[in-house]
Amino acid sequence: MEAFLDDWGLTILTFLPAAGALVIMGIPKPQEHLQKAAALLATLSVAIFAVLLLGWFDLDSAGQLQYEVDHSWIEVINSRYIMGLDGISLPLVLLTALVVPLCVIYSFNHFPEPYNPKAFLSLLLILETGMIGTFVAQDLILFFVFFEVVLLPMYFMIGVWGGENRRYAAIKFFLYTLFGSALMLISFLALFFLADGTLAGIADVNTFDMRALSGGATTAIARTSQLWIFAGMFLGFGVKVPIFPFHTWLPDAHTEAPTVGSVILAAVLLKLGTYGFVRIALPILPEAAAAWAPVIGLLAVIGIIYGALGCLAQKDMKRLIAFSSVAHMGFVMLGIATMTDFGINAAVFGMVAHGLITGMLFFLAGSVKDRYHTLDMSRLGGLLAQAPRMGWILGFCAMASLGLPGLAGFWGEFPAILASYNPAGILSEAVFRTYMVIAAVGTVLAAGYLLWMLQKAAFGKPREEFVDSPDVKDASKLEYLAWAPMLVLIVVLGFYPRLLHEATDPAVGESLVLNVGDEVYDCLEIEDGEQCFDTLRENSAQISEHASSRQASSQQVSSQQALAK
Amino acid sequence: METFSLATQLFAAKTAVFAAETAGEIVEASGWFLNNAWLIPLIPVASFLIILFFGKRMPRGGSEVGILAVGISFILAVATGIQWIAEVNSAGDNAAVSAASRVWTWWANGGISFTIGTLVDGLAVVLLFVVTLVSLLVHIYSTDYVAGDRRFTHFFAFLSLFTAAMLFFVLSENTLQMIVGWELVGVCSFTLIGHWWEEKPNSQAALKAFLTNRVGDIGLLIGVAILFFAAGETFSVLDINARAIAGEIDHLPLLVAACALTAAVMSKSGQFFLHTWLPDAMAGPTPVSALIHAATMVVAGVYLIARLYGVFFEGFSVAGSSINLLALIGGATTLVGATLAFVQRDIKRVLAYSTISQLGYMVMALGVGAWTAAVFHLFTHAFFKACLFLGSGSVSHAVHSFDMKSDMGGLRKYMPHTYRTFLIASLALSGVPPLAGFWSKDEILAGTGGWGLFGGTDANGAYTVMLVMGIITAALTAAYMVRCVYLTFFGEYRGHGTPHESGPRIVYPLWILAGLAVVAGWTNLPAGFQLVPASWTERFGHFIEPAAGVKYFPKIAHAHPSWTLGVVSILAALAGIGIAARYYFGKVRVLGAGAAEVGAAEVGAPGAAAGTPSAPATPSATELPDGLTRRYPVFSWGYKLLENKYYLDHLYTRVIAGGMKGPVANAAYRFNQEGIDKVVNVTAQRAVQAGNFAYNVIDQKVVDGVVNSTGSAPHMAGEEVRRMQTGKVQTYAGIVFVGAALLALVFIIFL
Repeated sequence: MEAFLDDWGLTILTFLPAAGALVIMGIPKPQEHLQKAAALLATLSVAIFAVLLLGWFDLDSAGQLQYEVDHSWIEVINSRYIMGLDGISLPLVLLTALVVPLCVIYSFNHFPEPYNPKAFLSLLLILETGMIGTFVAQDLILFFVFFEVVLLPMYFMIGVWGGENRRYAAIKFFLYTLFGSALMLISFLALFFLADGTLAGIADVNTFDMRALSGGATTAIARTSQLWIFAGMFLGFGVKVPIFPFHTWLPDAHTEAPTVGSVILAAVLLKLGTYGFVRIALPILPEAAAAWAPVIGLLAVIGIIYGALGCLAQKDMKRLIAFSSVAHMGFVMLGIATMTDFGINAAVFGMVAHGLITGMLFFLAGSVKDRYHTLDMSRLGGLLAQAPRMGWILGFCAMASLGLPGLAGFWGEFPAILASYNPAGILSEAVFRTYMVIAAVGTVLAAGYLLWMLQKAAFGKPREEFVDSPDVKDASKLEYLAWAPMLVLIVVLGFYPRLLHEATDPAVGESLVLNVGDEVYDCLEIEDGEQCFDTLRENSAQISEHASSRQASSQQVSSQQALAK
Repeated sequence: METFSLATQLFAAKTAVFAAETAGEIVEASGWFLNNAWLIPLIPVASFLIILFFGKRMPRGGSEVGILAVGISFILAVATGIQWIAEVNSAGDNAAVSAASRVWTWWANGGISFTIGTLVDGLAVVLLFVVTLVSLLVHIYSTDYVAGDRRFTHFFAFLSLFTAAMLFFVLSENTLQMIVGWELVGVCSFTLIGHWWEEKPNSQAALKAFLTNRVGDIGLLIGVAILFFAAGETFSVLDINARAIAGEIDHLPLLVAACALTAAVMSKSGQFFLHTWLPDAMAGPTPVSALIHAATMVVAGVYLIARLYGVFFEGFSVAGSSINLLALIGGATTLVGATLAFVQRDIKRVLAYSTISQLGYMVMALGVGAWTAAVFHLFTHAFFKACLFLGSGSVSHAVHSFDMKSDMGGLRKYMPHTYRTFLIASLALSGVPPLAGFWSKDEILAGTGGWGLFGGTDANGAYTVMLVMGIITAALTAAYMVRCVYLTFFGEYRGHGTPHESGPRIVYPLWILAGLAVVAGWTNLPAGFQLVPASWTERFGHFIEPAAGVKYFPKIAHAHPSWTLGVVSILAALAGIGIAARYYFGKVRVLGAGAAEVGAAEVGAPGAAAGTPSAPATPSATELPDGLTRRYPVFSWGYKLLENKYYLDHLYTRVIAGGMKGPVANAAYRFNQEGIDKVVNVTAQRAVQAGNFAYNVIDQKVVDGVVNSTGSAPHMAGEEVRRMQTGKVQTYAGIVFVGAALLALVFIIFL
């Protein structure tokens, strides 16, 4: 079993949903029950398979990539089919594998107009392949492919099953993200040409291998080039996160997307961006990351305050939750910007917590809309009276979202604040401490808009128009089934955050300390880091020159041989 | 189990003694109850879950589980207290007993480990006792008070959760754990204030309470973060204190941390100028007000200072020669609270402002270095204030209102038990000897060391102004309690129907608390109090204050008790009582009798002057018609200022919150939609325009023109390309990406 999982585990996990999608496409359209059953079966088997992988995952060496596969793929550009799972990917893969089946369960009787479960479920499964693939890919091109595969199903989900303004929202989502990823691709290509794989101990000079790139292959790249490359990646990932001021696609996409689309968008899709920072941008270009970190931190704290203010101005409940994502992802980005293992751990925790909590909030918003046929908060009210359990769940999620200790949200938020008091040595303490204070103010605003929403939606007496509405009833069994795992996890992670840190901690340490090499890490930890990096670069450049001249000569030899023939 | 526990206890006691003999100086307290104090919060947690999930199906709606759980916790708390006292006794004079701490690793990341644990010492023991006792009495009281409520079970579930959270907070071994407990009690407070959330004022009050506390929490988060790094990456309360006292932390971070934490204290413990949520919190059921907003949760801030006293003591240089922030805020709060208590019509609001004022005493005491006096006052205040709140609840149970002016009066005839207990507690609050409030308040006053008369801090006389504030407040307190007692229990009944005394489940808790309001003060009789044997004095201080020599507690100086000061404070209280009594019992009462004869309608004049609806004409007046406010504009302005609560609420609700929610948020959102988003949209539009230009002008006219002119363009293909290009952008992009995805799939499979 172990050998099998080692060889095939990640490939099967990634493509199992796609296979499920093919099966569903093969089922004739009228047989909806069969389609639903197939979708459930496929997603559940993905979840079970993910649990299997977890079972054989060696937590003690969560810092290393496990189930690693490495096959040649596109030889022309030396891109390889490399996949691997470590402690940072693992929670996100599990989150994805959990959320998608819950979405399928929730959809059973919630298919939005124009119905068509067959297409909807197929898209959902293709989406899952893209998401899991992104989290396990260890080659930049492979990563890019999966990153883009995610786009299309989501585009259709919004554009076909969305609200009134769906076309605008869908195209905006699509083009905006595409714009970001185009720049990201350019950065990847630049890395391919500028990095020197031999510095990281592999045979090829030009490589897309993320392990080599984050293992020192980039140390010889000139500082300016690094800064530009990082900027490209920053835009690519930043749009996805989204970082202020690249966030404007998000409220539209969320508001117009069908419930399940919003849930996936919030729970997983946004994490692709932050994951990109943690997995690619930071370890591959630590020097540039350190130079950019104050900017990232600034945009993060602006996002925290700005997102909260945006929330306070909303009249639509779903749009409010959407804006809250901008604020919450600000905390995640702040954690990342500190460039400490503590802060990045907090960020990874924040990703998972936000996925669960905001995912839940979108589920609830969807269910409220089903009952009241509106999300206009001035018309809502009295949910606690009419559907007490749902009202309580809403209250619970609002509390979790505002970062109540004892629930998952807190462990993403407070450690990020803590980390920004003491960022990596190369960064300015004064700047990050200012960010800390601003972020702390953000927690008040978060409480403000969430409780305000709770008050509007749940407290008070029901409006007259809804008092006798037959649609307004408490949560159904299917809804409970879909929500229970997320609610339980919010509590469990809140009380026992170790569950997650056990996996992420070694991996984060690895990505910062070991992957990039002790010397690089040391440079990050001293105030005069810039000079340290310069010295490092000179040393690397010398080695690199030897290496490239050697290679050049060998190429010459081979070309001469070819000529001779 | 029992033998085991007994054995552990004996063993632990022996090791402690053994350690004392060998180590000589400091012994860590140990014992089964001290080491297993984690059980005390855990039991109410279990009760919360049981009530939440099964409460509705139980015969008494879950209240029986809550009472049982808190009862067990109470017994455990008492046992823990006894064991602590035994430890202190067994150590004798030769050794200092330090807190019993147990620590488990909760989780770790980035090389930092987060622990969870219990810390039991004298301070914790006092709070455990107060919280479990008041909670138990409130539980019993509530079975009658909220009987028949629409959310009876839910009410008890959250009482349990609150008790658990508070106990968890009290037992905190580290600052992170404190944050957790701190926030959890806040949430329980939120849900219980908003217990009747159907009515908007209640949910507003709940929101206000939570948000105001959140403002203070900024300080808590920042303070804890600073201390964490300043003390060498630790959350441990003992370590942080020890390092602060040993001078291992620079003064600046210490000062900033202390200021930040003070913000948290201000919000949680209702200190001026973040106190405004507390009176509104009275929208919750009265037992909640007694438990959470008088006896326990609101003292969390005081407890925080007492717990991290090393930080505050060193950070604010309490022993120094200048007045510090803590003393100033505390002093201001006592006065603000006491003055505002005068103008309330709502009996619970009088008590709420009184609580603010008394909390001010405690914070002030900590600010001037009188640690034991502060904790002692916390202890005595819990009993008489809980008694007063529960008494007001009993009254409202009978008259279905909290309005003293329109619906009460003359109740002493109808509710003798409530009246007597309320009176005892009022006297205790007013500082009439030998009741509890007198002893603790007097100790605080002495602790200020005013004019350098009574010792106290090393810098004699620095806190004279605090002593003056304290004495003025003492007089004011006595006066507003006379007003409250008069309006409620004297004169003629102004409400509807015939009030009746409450049932036993309400009356017994009242008597227990009233009894404690009498005797609680005797636990810390001042040294040199000749009426009792010397061994009876200062018991509270002896057992509760950390022994000299332990590393986590600063060396504080102690004030000498003073007969003179005692007399002065008694005189102040009597003066307050006298003036108020002369006004109410002398003039108003007589007027009331006269008014009854002539049927005069002009009563409640100050109320009318301030624009509030005046009390209806009844035989029992509540204020004089030609009072000071009528005669002198200065008093009228003063009254108006008080009536409007110093305009703080206006500032917070209208200006700050309203501004944030209204103009600021809307401006930000408009910037979002018409600024940033406009850029995005315009870019897209320009791109489409450019595309159109490229297609219509360049492609069709120039390129295609060239092509057409050559006459060799394949017509069919041109049509095809054109359809793709003129089609919707999304179709186009979609096709590109279907292509890309397919290509990728092909690559993956075949290359």
